Amino acid sequence: MRDFYGTALPGGLMLGTAQYPSPAILADAFRRSGASVATVSLRRESGQDRAGQDFWRLISDLGVRVLPNTAGCHTVKEAVTTAHMAREIFDTPWIKLEVIGDADTLQPDVFGLVEAARILTADGFQVFPYTTEDLVVADRLLDAGCEVLMPWGAPIGSGLGLNNIFGLRALRAHFPDVPLVIDAGLGLPSQAAHAMELGFDAVLLNTAVAAAGDPAAMAEAFALAIRAGQLAAHADPMEPRDMAAPSTPLLGKAFLG
Amino acid sequence: MRLQLNGAPIAAQAATLAELLDAYGFANAKVATAVNGKFVPVTDRADYALSNGDQVEILAPMQGG
Repeated sequence: MRDFYGTALPGGLMLGTAQYPSPAILADAFRRSGASVATVSLRRESGQDRAGQDFWRLISDLGVRVLPNTAGCHTVKEAVTTAHMAREIFDTPWIKLEVIGDADTLQPDVFGLVEAARILTADGFQVFPYTTEDLVVADRLLDAGCEVLMPWGAPIGSGLGLNNIFGLRALRAHFPDVPLVIDAGLGLPSQAAHAMELGFDAVLLNTAVAAAGDPAAMAEAFALAIRAGQLAAHADPMEPRDMAAPSTPLLGKAFLG
Repeated sequence: MRLQLNGAPIAAQAATLAELLDAYGFANAKVATAVNGKFVPVTDRADYALSNGDQVEILAPMQGG
């Protein structure tokens, strides 16, 4: 099993913490998901309600590893500064690096992403880059010091699943030793199972669970699907073929007409 | 001295970033700070002198995906 900067994540699920109907439902979803990583963010703290402090107590009680993100950052400078602030608050070198290049698709600015990854890696961060399935960009990110890649399945929050199976399969084949995480775009557990069957090491999702009618049940459904996909991947799936092949032996078949 | 605190204009007496955080009840809170777009580590707050017009950001843990 490939590890993530020296940390094994056997459950294969990184779960976001946004958009849940209530803190109690968030906690329940995490319990049933078996997720070992929670993604979190940073925002301005209001002077009155101190929502950030309450949220931090909730996350601390989950007993999971925290992966802070740079969500909403559109420039290298913004992302790097946010990463530094996140490292201090969350006391972790892990950073889910997002440099957004397009407001409609939330597609990563891969040029800024590579630059920011290089800066942060040189400063001791362990970068989890939100990227596309582009092989050349992946190579540049690895050159920049990333030891994990997180290609999107589809645009963030879209629930469209794995939009480019060929590209994702090629990425897996090109980088057999690199931990790969499908980050963003999943809507259904079956899509997570497919990602794992393709040989990905984990999936990162948020909206698919948080926006479900029953987030905790959906969290468990994803956990089961990921487990199924992991088992299938390790079971050496058969090769598909164009023509039928009888599964019932013909030898000994009676002559009946 | 006039400052921008998390995007809102304020009038502050604080001479340093640490004093400003104290005045607004953030002294022991889990927050990170930046001034004029640059990260200011917790270890530098006491020595960080504020100037008129500075833009101070105080960020805290928040939900994220």
